[in-house]
Amino acid sequence: MSAEIREREALFSSKNIKLLKNPLSLSNPITVQVLGICSALAVTAKLEPAIVMAISVTLVTAVSNVVISVLRNGIPPRIRIIVQLVVVATLVIVVDQILKAFVYDVSKQLSVFVGLIITNCIIMGRLEAFAMANKPWPSFLDGIGNGLGYGLILIIIAFFRELLGSGSIYGFNLIPESFYELGYKNNGLMILPPMALIVVGVIIWVQRYYTRDLIEKN
Amino acid sequence: MYSNGYIFRYAAIMVIIAAALLSTAAMLLKPFQERNVAIDKMGGILASAHIPDVTASNSIKLFNEFVTEEIVLDQNGDVVESYTEANKENAKAFSLDMKAELYKKSQGKPFELPLYVINKNGQSLYVIPVRGIGLWGPIWGNIALSSDLNTIVGVTFDHKGETPGLGAEISTAAFEDQFIGKTIFDNQGQFTSIMVVKGGIGKLAESERIHGVDAISGGTITSNGVNDMLKDVLETYLPYLQKHR
Repeated sequence: MSAEIREREALFSSKNIKLLKNPLSLSNPITVQVLGICSALAVTAKLEPAIVMAISVTLVTAVSNVVISVLRNGIPPRIRIIVQLVVVATLVIVVDQILKAFVYDVSKQLSVFVGLIITNCIIMGRLEAFAMANKPWPSFLDGIGNGLGYGLILIIIAFFRELLGSGSIYGFNLIPESFYELGYKNNGLMILPPMALIVVGVIIWVQRYYTRDLIEKN
Repeated sequence: MYSNGYIFRYAAIMVIIAAALLSTAAMLLKPFQERNVAIDKMGGILASAHIPDVTASNSIKLFNEFVTEEIVLDQNGDVVESYTEANKENAKAFSLDMKAELYKKSQGKPFELPLYVINKNGQSLYVIPVRGIGLWGPIWGNIALSSDLNTIVGVTFDHKGETPGLGAEISTAAFEDQFIGKTIFDNQGQFTSIMVVKGGIGKLAESERIHGVDAISGGTITSNGVNDMLKDVLETYLPYLQKHR
């Protein structure tokens, strides 16, 4: 009895907190592992779709991590990738249907990218690397952490792109009319995908400046 | 080691559970989704006539307010039904599915066409819904003609999954606004449709530019799709248009 209690870990032990916090900076899926870039370029012209995408990916990563972790001892290794794909695809379709039912406008803006969550390397990566070998609770935290790490970068990019490209934040115009009269113009380039890549680059630069551990030695 | 039998059973059960889950979700959410599609359809019709400030929340109200008549046409361009009551959503014209009707036409069967009449600042605008094929899937939209049934007042296009940044640009204002003021008949009253010209309308003769718009660079197949869609659908409406011009 006492041995059993000693074995049980606290829900938020320092190890588990690390699972949640590391993907936000030290092992961020976008800026450090450079995964999930294509959707980061595609849905970040405005803040609203970026936030919906962040929530959707976090949800799918967390739930699929838990499902795979629960099943991990029964999954035949020979078809494990197929099983993972079925779980992810099912969840993504459900998310897509829910978006279509309740936030139709956003779902139209995200268009094919909701479906493409299935191919987001972050999700399959976490399933293979983490959920197949860990218990449900840590897997859940890992999924939430990675989803948030992805979402955080998406939201930062979208913030700058929408502010500089459309002069608004979350659809509200921030730049006063008088600025435009003085000759200020929204930067149309910010709306285009290449600028997202440059913003990602700047974020990586800033992050490495403050987190020297990330800089390669040679 | 897992036996082959185990693997097959595992896969079969997994697929059945996933299928059950998905069909339940689809059935429960369908009414909400259909509602959204109907509201979106109204929004598109209103937007093509440049009714200002159309949002998802006020589409139904504005649709009932601005649309004065919903007409069902037969293949000869004769009016079969004209609906003018308050609740415009219940009209037969609104429930007609362009995809099904155009398919009937291609099969040589009798078909019916919807036509919306919008009253904007005392002017009657005629909105024709169009539907065609893009690169990856269906494209559709609405064309608002002024009361001469010749000059385009505005268009909206939408698509299922055209390439973002290329074909998907058909639903942007930059592409749609090109259509304003263009005409679908020439001076002799000959039907010309609107040409979507690769390389720009600069390539056309001066007199033809009023019937053309610039195609999208890198979106050739979608642009061609828009071109064919306009030609095919407007041709289908031709009997009505010619009778009433």
